[in-house]
Amino acid sequence: MIKIFIIALLINNIVIMRYLALCSYVGMTSDVGQSVGMGFAVTFVTVLATAATWPLYHFILVPLHLEFLKILVFILVIAALVQLVEYYLKKNVPGLYAAMGIYLPLITTNCAILAVTFENISNNYSFITSIVYAVGVSAGYLLAMVLLAGVRIRIRNSTVPKFLQGTPILFVATSLIAVAFMGFSGLIK
Amino acid sequence: MKRLWTLFKQGIIYENPLLMLMIGLCSALAVTTNVSNGIGMGLAMTFVLLCSEIIISLFRKVIPSSIRIPIFIIVIAAFTTIIDYVMQAFFPELSKSMGVFIPLIVVNCIIMGRVEAFAYKKGIVDCVADSLGMGLGYTWVLVAIAAVRELLGNGTFAGLQVMPDSFQPILFFTLSPGGFLVFALFISFNIWLKGRMNKTQARRDVAKEDAA
Repeated sequence: MIKIFIIALLINNIVIMRYLALCSYVGMTSDVGQSVGMGFAVTFVTVLATAATWPLYHFILVPLHLEFLKILVFILVIAALVQLVEYYLKKNVPGLYAAMGIYLPLITTNCAILAVTFENISNNYSFITSIVYAVGVSAGYLLAMVLLAGVRIRIRNSTVPKFLQGTPILFVATSLIAVAFMGFSGLIK
Repeated sequence: MKRLWTLFKQGIIYENPLLMLMIGLCSALAVTTNVSNGIGMGLAMTFVLLCSEIIISLFRKVIPSSIRIPIFIIVIAAFTTIIDYVMQAFFPELSKSMGVFIPLIVVNCIIMGRVEAFAYKKGIVDCVADSLGMGLGYTWVLVAIAAVRELLGNGTFAGLQVMPDSFQPILFFTLSPGGFLVFALFISFNIWLKGRMNKTQARRDVAKEDAA
């Protein structure tokens, strides 16, 4: 269980080693506070989405032999879930909504969440393992977001070669972060 | 005819989804470790884009705008499911090596963006030109990135040995840091090219004004 968590968090980090969720990685890291907010919003929705799609797949789609509908069902469940969470937070926890609200609509199309729900199915994880995997992956996402946000502060205060200014330097920085992350690969045999 | 050609060219070069608009990056970096994956992903994407744009364009008059997004998602998800099963049946190797990225076509921003911004407003013929342009524009960039990474990282091109035996493969390029680096260089080349094009255009405009 811990092994799965560590692999999802560091060794196969969802953003840095597996290139998922790059849109928000580039778009939402211009300051640290924002990236933390997005990271927690994604964690919240990923865990909820896993908790909703796993029973749905194993108790409804499999007995009815409707496995081929999984892409359609999962994306709709996630979209509906995000809407519900948004309404619930708006009404009952306005403080949290103010902090997280603007990120929620963006999350529907975040490929990390959909990828986690698919992988839970294709790896035949049990319900508990799926939740642990979801937490690990989203913690990895949070980590990557905060790392890049920190690097971007430094980039702003340094002279970047002219041909790399703008987006290219972000990818070069990510490439270097990825080299560092490759060092984790020996952590678990 | 000329109008369609212009639309087609938009996607290939001027509004290339990956290099100019920088959307749909996730799959672009993940599958480009070798050329055959790049071609497979590009064509799968083109298929989904083409079919979704045609369907949305056909039904654009009857889709109420308040619930258009869920309808787009359902249409895109249906075609993604089709291509997923087709690939599993006919190209099992390719499908296995791309793994979760085929189902993830459904959340690719390129498709959603084109359907929302183009197919929902334009006729069916325009949509075919636009989706082919965008799809092939996506494909050629994938193949170009994949060619660089495979050649340097493995010494092969689409599985065929090209480099001499004395060439030591640079593993860096097939692993994730290499992907980010190659992509960074592609974007920076493209920004440079765009700047050049704008300068030439400006010079031409000035020349025209002088002549007038």
